[in-house]
Amino acid sequence: MTVADALLLALGAIAVGSGFLVVTSVHLVRAGLYLVISLGAIAGLYLVLGAELVAWVQVLVYVGAVVVLLLFAVMLTRAPIGASKDLDRPATPALLIGGGVGLGLTALLADAFRWTIYPQAETGTAERMGEQIFGDWVLPFEVLSILLLAALVGAIVLSRPDLGARRQPPEESPTPEESPTPEESPAPETAEA
Amino acid sequence: MHAVIPYVTAALLFGLGVYGVLRRRNAILVLMAVELMLNAVNLIFVTADATIRSALVGVQIEAWAQPNGEPHAGSVFALFVIVLAAAEVGVGLAIVLQYYRMRQAVAVDEVALHYEPHPADEQVAS
Repeated sequence: MTVADALLLALGAIAVGSGFLVVTSVHLVRAGLYLVISLGAIAGLYLVLGAELVAWVQVLVYVGAVVVLLLFAVMLTRAPIGASKDLDRPATPALLIGGGVGLGLTALLADAFRWTIYPQAETGTAERMGEQIFGDWVLPFEVLSILLLAALVGAIVLSRPDLGARRQPPEESPTPEESPTPEESPAPETAEA
Repeated sequence: MHAVIPYVTAALLFGLGVYGVLRRRNAILVLMAVELMLNAVNLIFVTADATIRSALVGVQIEAWAQPNGEPHAGSVFALFVIVLAAAEVGVGLAIVLQYYRMRQAVAVDEVALHYEPHPADEQVAS
């Protein structure tokens, strides 16, 4: 049991515990904030595992952008403050499938890697990652930028107020209230890409 | 370093994500559970990336597989998955907000999968 093992255990316990609270909390906003804790603990796990750039990108993109986007969506759908009673469906099939998947994967991975002890991974640098991305993986990188552009255009088109608006008889003038659109959503990713 | 600890963490997080996707009714909470699953996959990628070199002792790696030094495809793929997840949550939340604007609801098990003509449409058509 080294320091790395202790850190991995503690951060993993935090990640799994707050992940459990994400899927069981009855407060929508608290579920989002528990997600912040879980993602932050996973970023800490990346740091211990030596993937420094991935950890900071996780903090920037996930904690900084995705969770803020989710909380904005909670706000725009007028979620109630406080506990909501109707957030859940019946538990039995979800428990069966989720528990089966989780415990099955746990048994598989624990059986495969139980006694193997690896040397501490050396800390990765952004320079090494940059060589990898722009050397071996430059084609997937460019394809990913096209995908981000497609997601940007798709989010803008989906957010147009005339999409899905019912044709109204002309005498009653339709003035549906305009909610802010999330079309600026993929902006941080494009900046990163 | 025991690689089994992050592997088991990732497996448990994936199970929690599956449970959340199947259990939750609110579409935003379903998206949060999907994020948990994607993070579990990322954790598997990064752990495998950190341990695969020492696991491959004595294995001759082909020259075309790593033209420039150490392979760290796991971290690169983790970055790609993070970007994919960000794009996914952008488009997913756009769909959820558009659905909320049309129906004033975000419950995924009340989404009507068949076409139901609205009375206003029939008025216009007739």
